[in-house]
Amino acid sequence: MTTQSRVPSIPAPAAPRTGRRAPVRGRTLRTDRWWAQPAVTVAVLTSFVVYSTWAAFVDRDYFWEPYLSPFYSPCLATRCGLVPGSQGAPHVGIFGSWWIISPAIIILIVPLGFRLTCYYYRKAYYRSFWLSPPACAVAEPHRRYTGETRFPLILQNVHRYFFYLGFLLNIVLSYDAVIAFRDHQGRWGHAGLGTLVLVLNALLLWAYTLSCHSCRGIVGGRLNHFSRHPVRYRLWTWVSRWNRYHGQIAWVSLVWVALADLYVRLVAAGWITDVRFF
Amino acid sequence: MGYDLKLRVWRGDENGGGLVDFTVPVEEGEVVLDAIHRLQATQAHDLAVRWNCKAGKCGSCSAEINGRPRLMCMTRLSLFDPAEPVTVTPLRTFPVIRDLVTDVSFNYEKAKTVPPFTPPEGLALGEYRMAQVDVERSQEFRKCIECFLCQNVCHVIRDHEENKQHFAGPRFFIRYAELDMHPLDTLDRKRQLRDEHGLGLCNITKCCTEVCPEGIKITDNAIIPMKERVVDTRYDPLTRFIRRFRSPEQPRRPAPERQGQTAADS
Amino acid sequence: MSEIERHSYDVVVVGAGGAGLRAAIAAHDAGARTAIVCKSLLGKAHTVMAEGGIAAAMGNVWPEDNWQVHFRDTMRGGKMLNNWRMAQLHAQEAPERVWELESWGALFDRTPDGKISQRDFGGHRYARLAHVGDRTGLEMIRTLQQRAVALGIDVFMECTITRLLKDGDRIAGAFGYWRESGRFIVFEAPSVVLATGGIGKSFKVTSNSWEYTGDGHAMAMLAGAPLINMEFVQFHPTGMLWPPSVRGILVTESVRGDGGVLRNAEGRRFMFDYISDYFKAETADTEEEADRWYDDHINNRRPPELLPRDEVARAINAEVKAGRGTPHGGVYLDIASRRSPEFIKKRLPSMYHQFKELADVDITKEPMEIAPTCHYVMGGVEVDADSAMSKVPGLFAAGEVAGGMHGANRLGGNSLSDLLVFGKRAGEYAAAHAAGLAVRPRIDEADVAQAEAEALAPFARDGGENPYSLHRDLQETMHNLVGIIRVAEEMERALERIAEYRERLEKVSVEGNRQYNPGWHLALDLRNMLIVSESIARAALERKESRGGHTRDDYPSTDPEWGKRNVCCRWDGDHVTVYQQPLPEMPDELKKLFEEH
Repeated sequence: MTTQSRVPSIPAPAAPRTGRRAPVRGRTLRTDRWWAQPAVTVAVLTSFVVYSTWAAFVDRDYFWEPYLSPFYSPCLATRCGLVPGSQGAPHVGIFGSWWIISPAIIILIVPLGFRLTCYYYRKAYYRSFWLSPPACAVAEPHRRYTGETRFPLILQNVHRYFFYLGFLLNIVLSYDAVIAFRDHQGRWGHAGLGTLVLVLNALLLWAYTLSCHSCRGIVGGRLNHFSRHPVRYRLWTWVSRWNRYHGQIAWVSLVWVALADLYVRLVAAGWITDVRFF
Repeated sequence: MGYDLKLRVWRGDENGGGLVDFTVPVEEGEVVLDAIHRLQATQAHDLAVRWNCKAGKCGSCSAEINGRPRLMCMTRLSLFDPAEPVTVTPLRTFPVIRDLVTDVSFNYEKAKTVPPFTPPEGLALGEYRMAQVDVERSQEFRKCIECFLCQNVCHVIRDHEENKQHFAGPRFFIRYAELDMHPLDTLDRKRQLRDEHGLGLCNITKCCTEVCPEGIKITDNAIIPMKERVVDTRYDPLTRFIRRFRSPEQPRRPAPERQGQTAADS
Repeated sequence: MSEIERHSYDVVVVGAGGAGLRAAIAAHDAGARTAIVCKSLLGKAHTVMAEGGIAAAMGNVWPEDNWQVHFRDTMRGGKMLNNWRMAQLHAQEAPERVWELESWGALFDRTPDGKISQRDFGGHRYARLAHVGDRTGLEMIRTLQQRAVALGIDVFMECTITRLLKDGDRIAGAFGYWRESGRFIVFEAPSVVLATGGIGKSFKVTSNSWEYTGDGHAMAMLAGAPLINMEFVQFHPTGMLWPPSVRGILVTESVRGDGGVLRNAEGRRFMFDYISDYFKAETADTEEEADRWYDDHINNRRPPELLPRDEVARAINAEVKAGRGTPHGGVYLDIASRRSPEFIKKRLPSMYHQFKELADVDITKEPMEIAPTCHYVMGGVEVDADSAMSKVPGLFAAGEVAGGMHGANRLGGNSLSDLLVFGKRAGEYAAAHAAGLAVRPRIDEADVAQAEAEALAPFARDGGENPYSLHRDLQETMHNLVGIIRVAEEMERALERIAEYRERLEKVSVEGNRQYNPGWHLALDLRNMLIVSESIARAALERKESRGGHTRDDYPSTDPEWGKRNVCCRWDGDHVTVYQQPLPEMPDELKKLFEEH
């Protein structure tokens, strides 16, 4: 250390600085397991993507009266109900009969876009997949960084449109949960384990959709005078309270929607039998 | 009870330096700054460190402790294993002056470029009326003690020096949010926020919120709402269309463009 | 020798706390070329620590409030030793100064009808303190800082002034050094405003930061301006006590204003035993009445916990001495058993945090352990009430460094309003003084050379004592011998020691170089601390009575004769000399205010 040794004569004032940072070595001096969280995120998201891609393309086993897999609802092509394991599935055939691959591809754009542009998921995948940054105070590996200022990431700004679409989709999925209160012959007033799965699925998706940051802005966040809009202020307070848990809700609802598909799929394929409550 | 703390402190200046090992006796209930002070008073009299209130209110003693940005005065030693050394280094994002002191003038320069609060014309002193619910959001942002830990941890400038020019950092995003949500302000600063201060560079990875010693929800309550407000006026044709007919808010006039330093005499 | 950096301004403000920033804004608004010079970064000054609020008789909560009531409270709190004119100006102008902050962007807590909310505080008859939770000082300094930046005022950060420079008997400028580089700097200015705050770092247990070394007090003395009322040092009754590392950190008076009470180790609300005759008429004598007061100020008298700070600090001291203290030698401040956790977190968020993080105490569940801590000096540079100018033409002082306004004891909340009212006045009059001069004063180069030699002296010595140990000894002496309770013999001993310390300071040497060297900076600050400590000890020895922030065991009662006199301190080349001077007499129409009640 040069600064420790004493200079016999009166020292001169310090020379002007050039503005360099402290030459501290290493990518980070963190001693905790900072890599654990991004690693878990990668594992869970990857598993989900692999499963859902397979489930979306496999194009069978998604309907068993009265349960329709959330991946295939609403079904927008007339081929629904014709493939194995989905006979009789309800559909809104706006894509007609020319659509010959899995109809899940059409509708899944909505939840995919909604979650891809979600403020919470952005944090999760920027950190874990893009390592930008992998964890706080851990250097990222990229030479250049332009954030969300350019194409394609500037498209993240469309999040609210996916919110609108996601809202509509939730109405359909809620309808699916309601019609699940029937038995296999279509008689009302019955329920099985699948009913519970689909009801929970709808509730979690509502929780995810309504706790969304865009929703928070739309219901009241953009106001500057809450005092003049008591109803919207009440709504904003409510959304804000849920918004704090948006991250957790995002994970739970993501896993649950995959489980819901899996349950319907197993029942439709005859691997398991639906548990009937009443 | 008390024990001998192994303290590794970065010493040096911009021309070089490194971690120096010390052993400092510490007592129960002490914080990192106490250990640094004892080191300064007994072993390294010229150890450069910045501090003021020692109560987490002024935001002077920012440093990186075991690689994490923290206030030295609010970091209790009981957080660490007495057998392991505690490493204290200067803020990484700013130029070093000496030892633990860095040159944080970046922040003071940026502060000059945010258009200040501008009340409505003709509103006399003492006639300001604001409801508590209307000031609460901005009050959260005014809790900021300007410790600049958020600025330091933000990878946009921590890892990319070249972005400093077009990026104001989380501290100033909450300043923009504070003004934009102020019930009596009359300016619209969103153009400056997006074009000059780089709101779009933020990828909401939330480290600023994680390190804020005041617990300000920087990302959720300031940055994301401001991103949404920028979308309102810039990327969302639907909202713009609706607002042409029915806007719930008084329109604000665009903040004047800066020529050098603006005087804001009222 | 290297070339010294030089700047020329009309007004140089030393210090960037509330008073300094307000003075600079006022000077700028008056058309003066203005600079702010401060030891720390901008926005870190001690004002940031103020928690409770700004006292101003706006009448938002109690319409009965007005400046006369505020004036009366201030004078009574100061044991009638205040400069009446300052107290009057302060009470009259405070509301406008607060509203000004609002027009610059401050966001105070609101009343239901949208006005600035006001809270109760010790010694104030009505709820009067404009506040933002318990971080009012932060709001104030940030507002002023942002205003000063918006106006484009030049700021010299981390730059310490060590000497005032004169031309004959007038101020000509100031000399200092950049902390970062150790480079010297000279300001040439016909007006200098001191806004350097207080002196707490001369004491061992203090709520003050390292900056509070009495620079302004000492430099004014060295420049020939006398100090006044230096014997009055306020010990805030509630400082943190445990663990040792947090000892002295302030616990805001708002805890008591919002319902907190003091109890001794036996659980008794002991303040009922310490109501002096002076405050008997307006203080509740039963717990029931005291508790009713929070909701009904008109029909009940205030709880004794809200007596002025000197009374409460003395009472705590007495309880501990009588063996009824807590294990660590303090008393309990209890709000947990009296208010809901939500209320406490909403009204006292930073106190909640401070105790949670630093002491592992949850104040919504358990009482706080507290003891008095050195907080504020009522004494300071003797100034003209209207212009804030000292006896040296061109030298102004505002805020804690100025004396007279608070008399023998300051009421909580009156400090922030003092900064604003007299900061503005000092800035305005400093600008006017500079504009009114036919010829600008000139700096004598010999003075600059001398200041430079003085600053470098610690480097020229080898192997001497380090400044930290000298500082620790001084703090110990002031704490033990010139603390809350004083006796002649102890103060004489303190003076002997201070004389020794001055000799030791001559031998202090520092290691390292000039770049950001805290050891060197402390060595230079010690000169100021010694001058201030000597002033306090001498003034305290001179005043043979007990009054406000000055309590003598050998003269325990208040003497009306001493109520007519101020003790002043002057620098006589190598020591402090004290003398007495009559208190300015209040006009009859103001005197009447004290008869009506």
